[in-house]
Amino acid sequence: MTSDQPERNAEVVLRLSGVEAGYGRIRALNGIDIEVRRGQIVTLLGANGAGKTTTLKTISGLVRPTAGSVTFEGRDITQLRASDIARLGLAHVPEGRHILRGLTVRENLELGGFTVHDAALRRERMQEVYRLFPILDRRKNQDGSLLSGGEQQMLAMGRALMQGPKVLLLDEPSMGLAPKLVLDTMRIIKRLNQEGATILLVEQNARLALRLAHYGYVLEGGTIRMQGPAERLRADTSIVQAYLGD
Amino acid sequence: MSLLDIISHQLVNGLVLGSFYALVALGYTMIFGVIKLLNFAHGDLYMVGGFLGFLSLSAVSSVVGADWPGIFVAMFLSMIAVGFIGVVIERVAYHPMLAAPRLSILITALAVSLVLQNTVLALTGGQYTAFQTDLGFGGLNLGSLFISYNQMVLVATAGVLMIALHLFVNRTQFGRAMRAVSIDMDMSQLLGINVSAVIAVTFFIGSALAAAAGTMAGAYYGSIWYFMGFLIGLKAFTAAVIGGIGSIPGAMLGGLILGLLEAFGTQIPFIGSEWKDVFSFAVLILVLVLKPTGLLGKSEQERM
Repeated sequence: MTSDQPERNAEVVLRLSGVEAGYGRIRALNGIDIEVRRGQIVTLLGANGAGKTTTLKTISGLVRPTAGSVTFEGRDITQLRASDIARLGLAHVPEGRHILRGLTVRENLELGGFTVHDAALRRERMQEVYRLFPILDRRKNQDGSLLSGGEQQMLAMGRALMQGPKVLLLDEPSMGLAPKLVLDTMRIIKRLNQEGATILLVEQNARLALRLAHYGYVLEGGTIRMQGPAERLRADTSIVQAYLGD
Repeated sequence: MSLLDIISHQLVNGLVLGSFYALVALGYTMIFGVIKLLNFAHGDLYMVGGFLGFLSLSAVSSVVGADWPGIFVAMFLSMIAVGFIGVVIERVAYHPMLAAPRLSILITALAVSLVLQNTVLALTGGQYTAFQTDLGFGGLNLGSLFISYNQMVLVATAGVLMIALHLFVNRTQFGRAMRAVSIDMDMSQLLGINVSAVIAVTFFIGSALAAAAGTMAGAYYGSIWYFMGFLIGLKAFTAAVIGGIGSIPGAMLGGLILGLLEAFGTQIPFIGSEWKDVFSFAVLILVLVLKPTGLLGKSEQERM
């Protein structure tokens, strides 16, 4: 299984080195190092409050690190504005999906393509999104915030795909979804990855995430406690006990 | 006058007044939308717009005259100038305060209002300035109802500006980005939207609309002075709250409703026109008590 994964040696597209961050006096990250290679799914596991969401926000620029650096495709993006980081091709689907209420499904998607100035390309991407999530096509004139949880998750991912991202940051895509929808979501993530997307996935559901991912990190109290290829983490009994005890 | 005459007469008055309120209320509500600030200096931008419109008209009237064409040119120049003043105010006074508690930025807005008023006070000596135009007194007689051409042009101009704004906000990517910023600033950034640029454009548009109202009001009523923005600022705030603060269609609707209510309010026996401000603010209190989110406002709690 490991032999047919050339991603292992692919270039590092996203790298966090010694990243520290916090909110006021509260430290959320105590110097973490993470590498994401092109074409991989990397998962970030850990309990609530371990620093998973903060890690993603530090990458996308919503939280500014107090120390350390974030590099994307060899470029230091630590001090860039969030909107400029998004323009470079990092799409962050935040926890809770953040559908823009009062805007239709279609308008949400249009805004996903805000950085795409070529209207024809935007239309083309929207058709791709509708092909991937046909339900969005049927609901395109409805208020996005009135969709069901699963549909909102599709809209949030579709909106991120409109950006034409090189790397997708997904924060708890399965949160609040019915079990069947969780599996659907995971299938979509798998498919996006097979089509070439590099994905950094934060998940509460460690068992599912490790089945999907190539590589995993376990965060605890803002520090990386463990890391390794997903199949090794899956086999490690201490992880199973700590984080997979469904 | 018959009852029908009174009704139709006040309908026209209310539409004119409501157009001014709506134009000013739009800026109020748009600025509140993007940075959650009640910009109490907004009425003073209407006043500055009146003065810059007056100066522009003086400058261009020898070429284009002082009838509506000249007023439109003056209005346009005033809109551009006040738009930029609005952007500068945001950069200098509000932007550094965005991370501060809401109360601090509110007090800053009051300070900006005082600065604008007192600057014009110092320059004009507090005198009324006659806004001289060559506007005629013609109009249409519809039965016993008389509508002046000036009233028609004024309401139509306000209508055109509002339709243009509506199309901009709903049909363009930048307009959508403006709505996105007012709904969810963090998510907007994640979509690559430059929030600072959106805020600047919002201030530009809001201030320019106030300047359009200020120039037209100066031309219509024939005089301007440094304190003319105070009351309309409060009225526009009232109109924005009636429509639902943060809602653009709400501001248009709220402005028209308030204008009409005031016009008809003057006809209530024993109340009369001297009580019309009391009447408006009583409506504000009623709305705040009965429907705090306004007619078209969203009920969701803002995350502060």
